[in-house]
Amino acid sequence: MSENKKIYLDNAATTATDQEVLQEMLPYFNEKFGNPMSVHSFGQEAMAAVDEAREKVANFFQCSPLEIIFTSGASESNNLSIKGSVRSFQLSHKDKDQKPHVITSSIEHHCVLDTCKSLEKDDLAEVTFLPVTEKGFINLGKLKEAIQPNTILISIMYVNNEVGTIQPIVEIGEFLQKLNQERLEQKLPKIFFHTDATQALNHLDCNIDKLGVDLLSFSGHKIYGPKGIGGLFIRKGTAIRRIQSGGDQEFKLRGGTHNVPGIVGVGAAIEKLSQDQNKSEKIIDLQNYLIERVLKEIPKSNLNGSRENLAPHIVNFRFDGVEGESLLLALDLEGIAVSTGSACAAGALDPSHVLLAMGLKHEQAHSSLRVSLGKNNTKEELDVFVEKLKKIIERLRRISGDVLKDFQ
Amino acid sequence: MKYSKKVIEHFTRPHNQGAIEQADGIGTVGNPKCGDIMRIYLKINQNSKGQEVIEDIKFETLGCGAAISTSSMMTDLAKGKTLEEALKITNEKVAEELGGLPTLKMHCSNLAADALKKAIEDYQLKNKK
Repeated sequence: MSENKKIYLDNAATTATDQEVLQEMLPYFNEKFGNPMSVHSFGQEAMAAVDEAREKVANFFQCSPLEIIFTSGASESNNLSIKGSVRSFQLSHKDKDQKPHVITSSIEHHCVLDTCKSLEKDDLAEVTFLPVTEKGFINLGKLKEAIQPNTILISIMYVNNEVGTIQPIVEIGEFLQKLNQERLEQKLPKIFFHTDATQALNHLDCNIDKLGVDLLSFSGHKIYGPKGIGGLFIRKGTAIRRIQSGGDQEFKLRGGTHNVPGIVGVGAAIEKLSQDQNKSEKIIDLQNYLIERVLKEIPKSNLNGSRENLAPHIVNFRFDGVEGESLLLALDLEGIAVSTGSACAAGALDPSHVLLAMGLKHEQAHSSLRVSLGKNNTKEELDVFVEKLKKIIERLRRISGDVLKDFQ
Repeated sequence: MKYSKKVIEHFTRPHNQGAIEQADGIGTVGNPKCGDIMRIYLKINQNSKGQEVIEDIKFETLGCGAAISTSSMMTDLAKGKTLEEALKITNEKVAEELGGLPTLKMHCSNLAADALKKAIEDYQLKNKK
């Protein structure tokens, strides 16, 4: 491989749409362009494509196609899950004094955290944000303690997008199943279980019955499909109301003309996931190789998070005395794309809320780098990456001298 | 967010980077919380007119690309200047010389002139008669 070829190690941010997936989508832009809601043959042709995609998605999750709706992506699915659950509770409890309670974790994606914060701010719900351990896992005991009589929803991500930790979804699902039977007898509202599975689809078991979830969000562009499309599994009987009005699409749960090429694309991408069985093993090998080389060859380097229960494609490193944005910039100038937990790259004031929730100091969070692997990455690319990384860290540490000492 | 060519030049090959042993003045600004820390070292001498001038200046910076390149540019601007002239260097001037900075970086990472001012004050305090 030529050293000049760019290296993409930011697959948790987005992935390239597979060529085959793209080919399947193309006719739906200008040949088979009908609106699925139209009754004529153009519409029927488009609706058939939407139905077929829905079947493929349902096959992947082992659920009924009637339990899958398409959205603009995981952010929308997460918004709908949380706001739609709260709205459903409000509409069935006219007693205004009773506010629903939602439990989530402090390491969720911003679309979950911000949704919960806005519900709190608007006085529509009470929210508990569970802490996490220093390795980046929620604690099941803490979750149990947080449950209130008015709890209606628990929303916990399957895989954390920054540090890659796999949360105990199966355990929560099993626990809730038992608890909900007791709550039924006590005439308390059922607690529904939502998971944001955006980062899980590529490598983890997403059988919804094994997981025991009622709602599961996913996204197209993280699984070698297109951007702007995703979906939500909604188990039959889940108390949820629409939050976007405008038409009868998606079982009246999401108004708006179908993104037909996107839907065809996400269907094709998800179908391919079940076919590419070997890719997870390949990525686990790459991940082990990367972690071992970096920790061994770069002084003062650490792994943020955990080696156990770690998703195969995400690694979060920390390099003391180096600021993440400058590291990202220097790597980018060498043609290597990664991501950082430093606020300086995101235009935010605080560094990664995930790393801070895990107890890292601000300067440690600023020194963090996320490498996320994809099915097209190779060992040779990682060799180039590690060599460049070593030199850049050495250079940046020379520039920073020991300025941090003044503050310790 | 995109950096100018000049920012990238100074980031890739910073000028006057390092420390001065037995510096006449040292100034540190920033904090670990926001992620950018700059330290400026000064060597001060008198010119033929008896004015105090910055004979040598060096910096150490832990921070983003903008923090490193503004440090480098500021040392270029300050080197050889009298203290009076050097105190007139502003953060805005440093950014301007770099061909501008992304808006978000103007406040959090554009601190080099502040560090210079602090180092000069440190020198003046130590040399109060």
